[in-house]
Amino acid sequence: MRPLDPRLVRTTAAVRVHLAVTVACGFAATALILLQAWLVARAVAGATAGAADALAGTVAAVGAVALARAALTYGAETAALRSAARVKSDLRRRLVRHVAAADPAATDAGELATLATRGLDALDDYVARYLPQLVLAALVPLAVLVVVFRADWISGLVIALTLPLIPVFMALVGMHAEARTRRQWHLLQRLGGHFLDVVEGLPTLAVFRRATAEAALIRRVTDAHREATMRTLRVAFLSAFVLELLATLAVALVAVEIGLRLLYGRLDLETALLVLILAPEAYLPVREVGARFHASMEGVTAAERVFAVLERPAAVPGSAPAPAAPVRPAARPSVRFAATGLTYPGRDAPALDGVDLTLRPGTTTLVAGRSGAGKTSLLALLLRFAEPTAGRLLVTAADGREVDLADVDPDEWRRRIAWLPQQPYLFDASVAENIRLGLPDAPDEAVCRAARRAEAEDVIAALPDGYATPLGERGRRLSAGQRQRIALARAFLRREALDAPIVLLDEPTAHLDPEHAAAVRAGVARLLEGRTGVIVAHDEGWSGLADEVVRLDGGLVGAGRV
Amino acid sequence: MSDPLLRMVALARPRGARFALGVLAGAAATAAGVTLLVVAAWLIATAATSPPLTALSVAIVATRALGVTRGVARYLERLVTHDAALRTLADVRARVYERLARTEPVHRFRAGDLVTRLVSDTDATQDLLVRGLTPPLAALVTGAGVVAVSTALLVPGGLLLAAGLVLGGVAVPVAAAAAGRAPGRRRAAGRAALSTALVDTLHGAPDLVAYGAMPAALDRVDAADAELTRVERRDAGLLGLGAGASALLAGLTLWGTLLLGVAAVRDGTLAPVPLAVLVLTALAAFEIVAPLPGAAARLGAVRAAGARLFDVLDTPPSLTPRPASPAPAGAVPRDGLQVRGLRVRYGPGEPWALDGVDLDVPPGRRVAVVGPSGSGKSTLAAVLFRFRDPDAGTVHLDGSDVTAQPADAVRTRITGMPQDPHLFASTVRENLRLAHPEAGDAGLRAVLERVGLDTELLDTEVGSHGARLSGGMRLRLALARALLVPATGRTGTLLVLDEPTTHLDQDTRDAVLDDLLAATAGRSLILITHDLAALDRMDEVVVLVDGRVRQRGTPTELRERPGWYRSAIRAGAGAFSAPRQGRSATVSPVRAQR
Repeated sequence: MRPLDPRLVRTTAAVRVHLAVTVACGFAATALILLQAWLVARAVAGATAGAADALAGTVAAVGAVALARAALTYGAETAALRSAARVKSDLRRRLVRHVAAADPAATDAGELATLATRGLDALDDYVARYLPQLVLAALVPLAVLVVVFRADWISGLVIALTLPLIPVFMALVGMHAEARTRRQWHLLQRLGGHFLDVVEGLPTLAVFRRATAEAALIRRVTDAHREATMRTLRVAFLSAFVLELLATLAVALVAVEIGLRLLYGRLDLETALLVLILAPEAYLPVREVGARFHASMEGVTAAERVFAVLERPAAVPGSAPAPAAPVRPAARPSVRFAATGLTYPGRDAPALDGVDLTLRPGTTTLVAGRSGAGKTSLLALLLRFAEPTAGRLLVTAADGREVDLADVDPDEWRRRIAWLPQQPYLFDASVAENIRLGLPDAPDEAVCRAARRAEAEDVIAALPDGYATPLGERGRRLSAGQRQRIALARAFLRREALDAPIVLLDEPTAHLDPEHAAAVRAGVARLLEGRTGVIVAHDEGWSGLADEVVRLDGGLVGAGRV
Repeated sequence: MSDPLLRMVALARPRGARFALGVLAGAAATAAGVTLLVVAAWLIATAATSPPLTALSVAIVATRALGVTRGVARYLERLVTHDAALRTLADVRARVYERLARTEPVHRFRAGDLVTRLVSDTDATQDLLVRGLTPPLAALVTGAGVVAVSTALLVPGGLLLAAGLVLGGVAVPVAAAAAGRAPGRRRAAGRAALSTALVDTLHGAPDLVAYGAMPAALDRVDAADAELTRVERRDAGLLGLGAGASALLAGLTLWGTLLLGVAAVRDGTLAPVPLAVLVLTALAAFEIVAPLPGAAARLGAVRAAGARLFDVLDTPPSLTPRPASPAPAGAVPRDGLQVRGLRVRYGPGEPWALDGVDLDVPPGRRVAVVGPSGSGKSTLAAVLFRFRDPDAGTVHLDGSDVTAQPADAVRTRITGMPQDPHLFASTVRENLRLAHPEAGDAGLRAVLERVGLDTELLDTEVGSHGARLSGGMRLRLALARALLVPATGRTGTLLVLDEPTTHLDQDTRDAVLDDLLAATAGRSLILITHDLAALDRMDEVVVLVDGRVRQRGTPTELRERPGWYRSAIRAGAGAFSAPRQGRSATVSPVRAQR
């Protein structure tokens, strides 16, 4: 893992600005450290030499440096945190745009939301604390070395020789510890996860009367975990040991060396004090970097995960691009699958293969098939979530010609569709906003009419604020059946407001209680009236609503009649 | 003992000696670093007065020794405190678990993230010792020593240093933690809004794209992001204050010490050598309090974790010993299960989850309990498994009151599958032997065969939550485990299966249910389900709605009688078997081809 991901610098301007500010602050901080050491050495040496009366200016300058350091620390920390917020926002926006442009449904939303919020928060420590410390770790030791070398070259040599040993030894220990951890990883993982596993399985353990017996096991496993962890830590802590040892031993060496040279009169007190004060300062930023290494790695990992998502191909091949010269579809188009096939990227087996099917205006077709038969893929093609990878999908254009659906603008096409999925998604917004989805300007009366036709009125009336009631995350406030009725209202609004000629239904009553199922079924029947309908379902239970029944199996369509 | 932090410390008390050793080592490490500079200052200041070399030899040896001490002591501190913390973790985990096992607050732990949080709250005890308590205690020891040395040299200097250290080590961290709380809340709120908008956009993507609402949804995400960024940028200054204040205190203490020291030298009350020592002490001393702001923040987090943890641990048990109630009126105690007037609710003022339920399961009878979600089906299972006491009513098995018996005694006679049966991250064999620790491989293979699983699976690792198995295999394995429980009692063991087929697709569901019913042939069985397919082989169906029995009878009777069951069956598979009125079916030219 690199300390600074070049992609981070390349992709967000906020990081570049932040780095510039940080380096400037680093220079100022270094200058103040040197100045303070020089002033303190001068004051103490002066007082020792009996010139205490002439030191008022020097002491006052120490006070001024203190104020300046505090102001700089505050300013740098604040600026760094502000930069961190900007960097996170930049990455988040890119992430969201990218995922939305690719295949949002295929992304694990929960994981992405965690990455975009908590995950990226790990960048706070990285951007606001680790990077500035990294800059200081480069600047301060160099500056100290230069000053110490000029004051006393032997001390300079001691520092110059020990300082580079620190990263070398830390890397050596780090590699050894990592190899050891990797060897033990499975054991640690397993022992570490045991407690969670047992607590989650408590009801199961209770049923089999093993709950009490397991307590002793928890203690045993946790003890085993402790032993394994301590074995790893004994090595891992060596790196900190080496760091502390080298840093303090070097300071001790310098102290003794300048003490002896002072004794033999080869050095003056002020220089000796300056060297003594500066020597630990050379090691301090390196130690701080070491201490923040772990926290910063979380930030680097979060950034890497973001870049891993960003570097996935931007668009799924086959998902609808806007055509160069879009064709207007007819107001009541017929739709024809001609030997249509669909193979998802990265799969060998086609999801749909050689489908021939005509959807005639004003008729309803039931597509029945077991799960995995390609029903969802058929709907995906009609909704243009995917484009055929074989054969064609043809629709009637406004001028009566039959044109490829790919030549129609996807958004224009989708405006002609009212879709009721098996598990519709309701958003954390009010009922009215959920029904208005995609039609934010629809008047209230239209929304109420749609709700009435969907038999969703009693559901809405039972809510505390009626149409203004927020539905909570994923519409959690409602049961599955109630959600389906709200989604049905959504489809009705689209049918009425846009005169959408096509209705797509995906097993709309699966998993519903009978009361809701009956209401949804009645609504669906009304929704289909006079429209081109497609119902996909597991079996032929919906054939009563269909003019035609086809069976889909392994991508093939077999004809049947009602 | 009401403060959760104190209660967490009390949990760690058994490891006090190790922990004290760790604190001492930590103090020694910090002290070695500070003392090194102090001794070096003395060494140099004394050398400047040109004493004989022998006067310096002790200081020279001390410097080198201190150089080594610091590294060694720090290493020791880390090892010892981590060891103590991990030992404490073992104690705490065992205690938390025993408490959970005793109270069995099963219904509180439905949501998976609750369990995860409880476990991470338990694990926070480690942080309390290593990062929360060790730094301040070590700082207290070292700080006291440093202040004592300074005071011995120059009283005002010592007092100034004490004030600086207390302010920098206590006031600033506490104030910074307090000042960070409001920004933390604002950030959490902003993060939650962003997270909701994001999850909505991603999960709802098909709906959004189909309805042309994706751009609006992305705008909403952007707005939430902008708000979060605005809050974070505004609060940055508040969070930067702590770092600034620490630097200011260190700088001003140094300045004050220099001012006092130089004045004392001028007045002749302080010699030059102690001045150097005093000033370098003030310069080095703030290293002692440097880790404390981090420790304060950590303690705040540990305290919150402790509050949540004790909230769970303090919950009264859901089972209390009670006297047996007499068998239901009707004279002769009957064999099998008899439930009379069962009422359960999850708290005073809550609606009744079960409201006067009667249920009979004679030996060998197979009863399905069906009903919409939230109708109380799983509460019935919880009472039968003895996860909780009923609030009223009786449950008798073979004539004896099971609600008066210890839970584990009842569970030898009532077993089965709780909702979402858990598979442990181990082998198939280990998972099976939970139910019957003495079972041999031959018995295990036989039961795998009965539920339609490959008998060669025994050594297969199932992964966390059985993730390496398919949904159908997980369920079959859980069923096999329930079937393994050795039969006891006069009438065999009653099997209770709570929602066995949720989370399965329709085809798997049907196949598994077939095998399940075949494998349990002849056993007393309560099958709790909301899936009405394939119930024709049950002897009786009980429809539970809003905690009351709405209908009961054989599947055939209920199919023919108007009511919940018949409309539910029709709503599911087989609905609308008659063609729609008024329109004739047209067949378009569809052909099958390959």
